[in-house]
Amino acid sequence: MSVLSESIKQRIREHFDRYPSKQAVTLPALHMVQQELRCVPAGAIEEIAELLELSPAQVYDTMSFYGFFRDEDKPLGKRRVWICRSLPCMLRGGDELLAEVCDRLHITPGGNAKNDQVTIELAECLGACEMAPCMLIEDEVHPAIDADHVLQVAEGKS
Amino acid sequence: MSEAFQPVLLKRCGKNTTVGIDAYLADGGYQGLKNALAKQPGEVTQTVIDSGLRGRGGAGFSTGTKWTFLPKGHPGPIYLCVNGDESEPGTFNNRVLIEEDPHQVLEGLVIAGYAIGASTSYFYLRYEYGRGYRALEKAIGEMYSRNLLGKNILGSGYSLDIHLHRGAGAYICGEETGLIESLEGKRAWPRIKPPFPAVEGAFRKPTIVNNIETLACVTHILDRGPDWFKTIGIPKDPNNPRDGGSYGPKLYCISGHVNKPGLVELPLGVTARELIDNYAGGVWKGRKAKAVVPGGISMGFLSAAELDTPLDFNGPGKVGCLGLGTAAVIVIDDQTSMVDVLYNTCRFFAHESCGQCTPCREGTAWSTKILKRIREGQGTMADLKTLDDISKTIGIMPGTTICGLADGAAWPIKNALQKFRPELEEFIQTGRRSDLREVALAH
Repeated sequence: MSVLSESIKQRIREHFDRYPSKQAVTLPALHMVQQELRCVPAGAIEEIAELLELSPAQVYDTMSFYGFFRDEDKPLGKRRVWICRSLPCMLRGGDELLAEVCDRLHITPGGNAKNDQVTIELAECLGACEMAPCMLIEDEVHPAIDADHVLQVAEGKS
Repeated sequence: MSEAFQPVLLKRCGKNTTVGIDAYLADGGYQGLKNALAKQPGEVTQTVIDSGLRGRGGAGFSTGTKWTFLPKGHPGPIYLCVNGDESEPGTFNNRVLIEEDPHQVLEGLVIAGYAIGASTSYFYLRYEYGRGYRALEKAIGEMYSRNLLGKNILGSGYSLDIHLHRGAGAYICGEETGLIESLEGKRAWPRIKPPFPAVEGAFRKPTIVNNIETLACVTHILDRGPDWFKTIGIPKDPNNPRDGGSYGPKLYCISGHVNKPGLVELPLGVTARELIDNYAGGVWKGRKAKAVVPGGISMGFLSAAELDTPLDFNGPGKVGCLGLGTAAVIVIDDQTSMVDVLYNTCRFFAHESCGQCTPCREGTAWSTKILKRIREGQGTMADLKTLDDISKTIGIMPGTTICGLADGAAWPIKNALQKFRPELEEFIQTGRRSDLREVALAH
């Protein structure tokens, strides 16, 4: 039984002609899989490796370097919210905001809350320092006004 | 002079929309590309050299000169990589450029590609810039439909394809060889140089890596000419033969303790004080600035007495900072503890060290542990000596690491010890504890 759907496999193959090596499709493939499955299961690593003509160890080596990807023991919740704690955000309350949000959800950064509806992550600079403190919701940056605002976003109310 | 300056790079930005191809063409867009395609590639490179343009990504190396490092008469392929991994704390100008005016950047990209003879360009973009990714994707589609990309661009015989490639949240991918490794599908471990990417880069082929704001400048240099570019900024120092000058407009990011954080475009050479008072509404809450980061945290700190330092390629270095960096100015008010600030910068670099070189991996983690101890009231005066030792032994400059991440980690420590030592000593000797709350991590 295949972990990856035929549609993902096809989308991975469609990337091959962009690069002179199939290994270069590793990050695009990992993104596609995590987007759909909210993690990259061990079986998916094997199937990506087979498609890219690599060993599963090579795929896992790359995947584990980037803190972005989750293995199947720690799948993401439905919505991933990153709160920035780098200097421009820290100066405007980023650390306290992250701490308050985690307290109120009874989790530590990286954890899921609200029946896996949300994952809260700590972020280093998100590149939106004029909005500090800022947050990333999936792949878009937003100002994080206060903990109430972040929690509303986390619950999909805003 | 700066009061009268008309923005060039931000001319079409700030309206909370993305400039599409029609609006861009109607505003004279792609004239720079047409001018370039009418020249020989070598003439385009010479034009960029003549303009004095220096890379905006942090190192400040001459852009045109970098292009000449490619091997002559190479059969190809030659690759052009765009470094869109902007993640130096305080820096967000690339994000604004690609979200709001992507064609300005992409025009410069095609010009650069033509100059260096690239057949393929990989636009490496950090994952967090999803809005910018979609703006670029749309703009690239528009370019293909207008023959501004693909085969035989505008009938010139030159062909170029662009592929967007998304990162996965790692600061080190902004180092150009780390970026190349990441593009190739590997962990982003920077490579030992030489060979430099111009000789052996992506997929072991000659490769040029350029920054987003640099490419936007290229667009205007080919549109208005190198002489126009040289009328802006600070001319080269006649007494310093190694100075390349600080020409052109620059995007300054202002964040931290100011009333109006934001992005402004000014001629290179504005001072930190002018930025704070004239463009950022002053320091917030009626306070004073205690320290200012001149160009991303890797560059260290200006003290309150150094705020009149011109933020050109030479100014920050003259007062002991690492350099201009990304010109991301972060203002720290006089109610903030430098222990908290330094802990924050050390924690950042410990988090982002790729782990390849032991001095960086261990040195960044060690300095973070020391600062954590100090902020918890457990520091000793010997800790300052240890921090000093670490800051002098990690990095390219002391010759112990492959890339400059560790130099960037060391610089805030060095500057804090030089410029804020009495405050650090007082904090330790009185056994104070930081009141800044930090979330507990589960490990």
